[in-house]
Amino acid sequence: MAHVVRTAWRFRQPSVIPGFGITFGFAVAYLSLVILIPLAALLLRPWELGLVGVWEVVTAPRVLAALKLSFGAALAASLINAVFGLLVAWVLVRYRFPGKRILDAFVDLPFALPTAVAGIALSALYAPNGWFGQYLAEIGVKVAYTPLGVVVALTFIGLPFVVRSVQPVLSEMEKELEEVAATLGASRGQTFWRVIMPAILPAWLTGAALAFARAVGEYGSVIFIAGNLPMVSEIAPLLIVIKLEQFDYAGAAAVGSAMLVISFVMLLAINSLQAWARKR
Amino acid sequence: MGIKLLLGTLAFGYIAVFLLTPLLAVFVEAFRNGADAYFAAITEKDAQSAIWLTLTVAAIAVPLNTVFGLAAAWAITKFEFRGKGFLITLIDLPFSVSPVISGLVYVLLFGAQGYMGPFLDALGIKVIFTVTGLVLATVFVTFPFVARELIPLMQEQGVSEEEAALTLGATGWQAFWYVTLPNVRWGLLYGVLLCNARAMGEFGAVSVVSGHIRGLTNTMPLHVEILYNEYNFAAAFAVASLLALLALVTLVLKSLLEWQFGDSIASSRRH
Repeated sequence: MAHVVRTAWRFRQPSVIPGFGITFGFAVAYLSLVILIPLAALLLRPWELGLVGVWEVVTAPRVLAALKLSFGAALAASLINAVFGLLVAWVLVRYRFPGKRILDAFVDLPFALPTAVAGIALSALYAPNGWFGQYLAEIGVKVAYTPLGVVVALTFIGLPFVVRSVQPVLSEMEKELEEVAATLGASRGQTFWRVIMPAILPAWLTGAALAFARAVGEYGSVIFIAGNLPMVSEIAPLLIVIKLEQFDYAGAAAVGSAMLVISFVMLLAINSLQAWARKR
Repeated sequence: MGIKLLLGTLAFGYIAVFLLTPLLAVFVEAFRNGADAYFAAITEKDAQSAIWLTLTVAAIAVPLNTVFGLAAAWAITKFEFRGKGFLITLIDLPFSVSPVISGLVYVLLFGAQGYMGPFLDALGIKVIFTVTGLVLATVFVTFPFVARELIPLMQEQGVSEEEAALTLGATGWQAFWYVTLPNVRWGLLYGVLLCNARAMGEFGAVSVVSGHIRGLTNTMPLHVEILYNEYNFAAAFAVASLLALLALVTLVLKSLLEWQFGDSIASSRRH
């Protein structure tokens, strides 16, 4: 093209394919009605308490304790899953053993199993008279009805994220690289830290961040095993439910908005992590 | 060899403790009082209406989100327009929202003290504590499933086949029905499968809008909670075992789709 054509700002490129208006219109209208307007209602509602009122709700000791537990337990669970998820991904990609495909498929169980079912199953296992709980009680470890129980539940539901993030990167990695490192005299540890780790780091962090984001908002699998003692083992989503049951809509919306804002910041972080991963 | 064995054992142990035993516990506890008690628990009247309600809610919510997923994927992948990335982010938004918040937003809109509560009250329409509320909350949490499966898949397939069909005289609808849809059918099925599993198993969101009215607004996961809180453990696990079966069937179908049609499923390794 020798000459420069000045084009006006246009919303979309011309195309011979029909149906943009109706599909785009429907998608945006449905998105707005079902997701965006309701979320806007959530963000608007707390302000009827005024700025000071919202601050008082969000910084009330019970709310702070719940937020601290939700975020703290989610962090602990995602750290456990970061370590063991990497291990499971490694074993699934690098080792050959009978039943590998079944085990691989099984990793997705927490995605498929309804959270309430997971919740009562974990309680049956970890309650003081439960399958594991009775033996743990003998050595003085209480899991159910303590913050530890919350961590166990969040570890369960976050398990697939790290595995599924790391697995494709590991299986695409050329084994030659490691062989080269070994021929050049690198030890196994050096090969792992200097060759493998840098390659899988973005995917690994993304997986852990996804597990964390999911765990923060988790409700069904936690409430049965947590015991829900205020200030001790009460998670933030449960506090929202309690406030709703007391018809404290604005208070519930304030806690909900606080969680939403924090989650949204995390979503942005995850997206930039993924963008970083793509660039490498 | 030593380290291999160690890592393998650790990985197996982790999966056995955190995945296998909870699943096993559901079935063992369900049959704790024998098979008769089990079948009594799942054929009892309130359990039956909970099963029926769960199927109804999924039968409304899943098709709605499937139509949305197809429309959104068509608009996003067949055309170039501004703000596309932002639109995709918005579609993914429900995944990063707590299930409880997904229910809460509808209470804030339609509840007795919600923004539209008095207005709806005057019209005699009830949303919260009715099946409508359950459907809305379920639509919210399962919103992205079909769309996010179809978008990368259709992106990869491009527009040339549709353009060829149009050049040969097909209408837009024919191009979609005879060209696009067959191309994405396995991916679509995959998305619908995951959407359905979540719709039937959702707990937090529906718990907020349901009101837990037995026989009326009690879905299976909510029924499990009620029975459990009444210390009726065997019955709770019996109903839960049906949901666990659903999860297992979903996993099997999902794996079959991945093994057979892995190439035509975009996100088989992505969630």
